[in-house]
Amino acid sequence: MILAMLSEAWMAMWANRLRTILTMLGMVIGVGAVILMLAVGQGAQQQVQASIASMGSNLFIILSGSTTSGGVRMGGGATPTLTVADAQALEELSSVVAVAPSSPGTAQLVYGPNNWSTQIVGTTPSFLQVRDWRLAAGTPFTDSDIRSATRVALLGQTVAQNLFGDEDPVEKTIRIKNSPYVVLGVLAAKGQSLDGRDQDDTVLVPVTTAQRKLFGTQFAGTVRFIMAQAESAEAMPRVEKSINELLRQRHRIREGADSDFGVRNLTAMANTAAETAQVMSLMLGAIASISLLVGGIGIMNIMLVSVTERTREIGIRMAIGARGRDILLQFLLEAIIISVIGCLIGVLLGVGGALAVSKLSGMAVVVTVSSIIMAFAVAAAVGIFFGWYPARKASLLRPIDALRFQ
Amino acid sequence: MSDSVIRIERLYKEYVTDAGTVPVLRDVAVTVLSGEFVAIMGPSGSGKSTFMNILGCLDVATSGDYFLNDRDVNRLNRDELALLRNQVIGFVFQGFNLLPRANLEDNVALPLIYRGIGRAERLAHANEMLEKVGLGKYSRSRPNQISGGQQQRVAIARALVNQPKLLLADEPTGNLDTHTSKEIMALFTELNQRDGITIVLITHEPDIAAYAKRLVRLADGRVIYDGPVEHAADGHLEPTS
Ligand SMILES: Nc1ncnc2c1ncn2[C@@H]1O[C@H](COP(=O)(O)OP(=O)(O)OP(=O)(O)O)[C@@H](O)[C@H]1O
Ligand SMILES: [Mg+2]
Repeated sequence: MILAMLSEAWMAMWANRLRTILTMLGMVIGVGAVILMLAVGQGAQQQVQASIASMGSNLFIILSGSTTSGGVRMGGGATPTLTVADAQALEELSSVVAVAPSSPGTAQLVYGPNNWSTQIVGTTPSFLQVRDWRLAAGTPFTDSDIRSATRVALLGQTVAQNLFGDEDPVEKTIRIKNSPYVVLGVLAAKGQSLDGRDQDDTVLVPVTTAQRKLFGTQFAGTVRFIMAQAESAEAMPRVEKSINELLRQRHRIREGADSDFGVRNLTAMANTAAETAQVMSLMLGAIASISLLVGGIGIMNIMLVSVTERTREIGIRMAIGARGRDILLQFLLEAIIISVIGCLIGVLLGVGGALAVSKLSGMAVVVTVSSIIMAFAVAAAVGIFFGWYPARKASLLRPIDALRFQ
Repeated sequence: MSDSVIRIERLYKEYVTDAGTVPVLRDVAVTVLSGEFVAIMGPSGSGKSTFMNILGCLDVATSGDYFLNDRDVNRLNRDELALLRNQVIGFVFQGFNLLPRANLEDNVALPLIYRGIGRAERLAHANEMLEKVGLGKYSRSRPNQISGGQQQRVAIARALVNQPKLLLADEPTGNLDTHTSKEIMALFTELNQRDGITIVLITHEPDIAAYAKRLVRLADGRVIYDGPVEHAADGHLEPTS
């Protein structure tokens, strides 16, 4: 019975190929758009999550420079007020796991004929723990390297690639600002940061080396910023408060005066970014869903025309014994076939489009099985929902009225 | 249990139009026994088609009784009526009413779909019927590829495919020339005499009515004659349009 109905529906659709294809197109575009938009949205979301994961967890960044009531002013260019000693003091706070002072600057690196200009960060061994950053090769520098300000360096993947190519950088000597540095190790790849920078395009050196030998500042012992890791997410508010108290006390800031530093909760900011990405992903999906809805209305429109046009046929069928539900099934099947085939093509186009987008623009796209299943379910539902009304209308015709219809 | 196929009493039908209600059938009473061959004649607009559509369960009367095979049609729901149209009644139209997109065997097999019969069996039955009306070798043709007379044979084959007890035909030869009409009527006669199918047909042609055994004449929605066709002498077989 269903089989016979399917072939009947197929015949009717074949007889009106052009119209069937145009109707299907609405569905194809709708489903394709949904799949593509979800893929782009989820790709962005996944990228954000990867960046967050690469950042390290429960992080504070303490910047030199005063905060204002309007928000946080970036430390860049501000007088450096934080010191390595501040960092060491912070380490003593309860619930603080690790603290890494950080003194960044840029310099030219040379190895043999290759040279590369990059960001060089002077820091301590805890930096690796704070940022949850492993070594791909070699060993980290140690506290004794800090004490004696030795000329050693850890290379990020991008730097290693550009200076050494396929060669193993460990134990090789490179020149930074014309002084020789021994490469102790290579950092594992981290990928993009939240703001889209290549985190692997960096070099780590002992903070003391950076201060005294590389970038010698007029404010001896100062660092641009300090990173601190709390032991847990729950501890973060408490830790933030004690960092503020401790540093204000150390910097001798009077009650009511502005701090000469700013504490930012990186993890909270990251979570906001993740939420934003998720909302964006949902929005894209919602916008695409509208085209699916439009496709559904297209199906309904065509089915209504089809019912009117085929009223005589319906009359003939009823005259020879079709029940209302046979007619209903016939038209419903047509709507469902159109939407499901349209959906299939739409899925193919959507996935193809997503791959093309990632090829052409380098954007991350993620096509999930669940988004395909969802698109399918929605397409079938749209077919049934929008096919139902015309089909029911057809099935309720009185045989004699349908037969007499001109 | 009587052997009447159709029993109609006090049948009224009126149409509600913008101009008011129009009475079309008034107090019609007709009983058709199994195996009869009845011709219905009457002037245009006398209500013949209206009557036939009610007989075929395509339309319902405004009031009155209709027993088909001793079942009270007024008490049946839409699905039960569909079942009657499918299995008890075969309907032949003046305009053939074939599905233009389907080939002949599919057209003839159509009623079997609604009985839930499998495709192979459907097509076997359909071809058997096409054979019977002399169109066996056209089973894959489409309706527009054959003549009007042949199309009407296909329509008859379709009406017969479910082996109905009752065959209703509204001016089945109305669109056909005299020669083809005779062939169709010969087919009806054969179905009536050899297979015992009860036939009720509407016609304007006395020549066609002459194939039947009994004549019912309508005028202005009333039965004005009901008797043997042989009594043509009293003018009941005069052309009516
Ligand atoms: N759907 C309808 N609505 C209103 N009036 C109708 C309708 N169908 C038929 N009539 C009227 O009912 C009357 C009988 O119509 P019917 O078709 O039964 O006549 P008929 O005897 O078959 O005529 P003909 O010989 O021309 O086929 C006519 O006056 C017609 O105008
Ligand atoms: Mg008529």
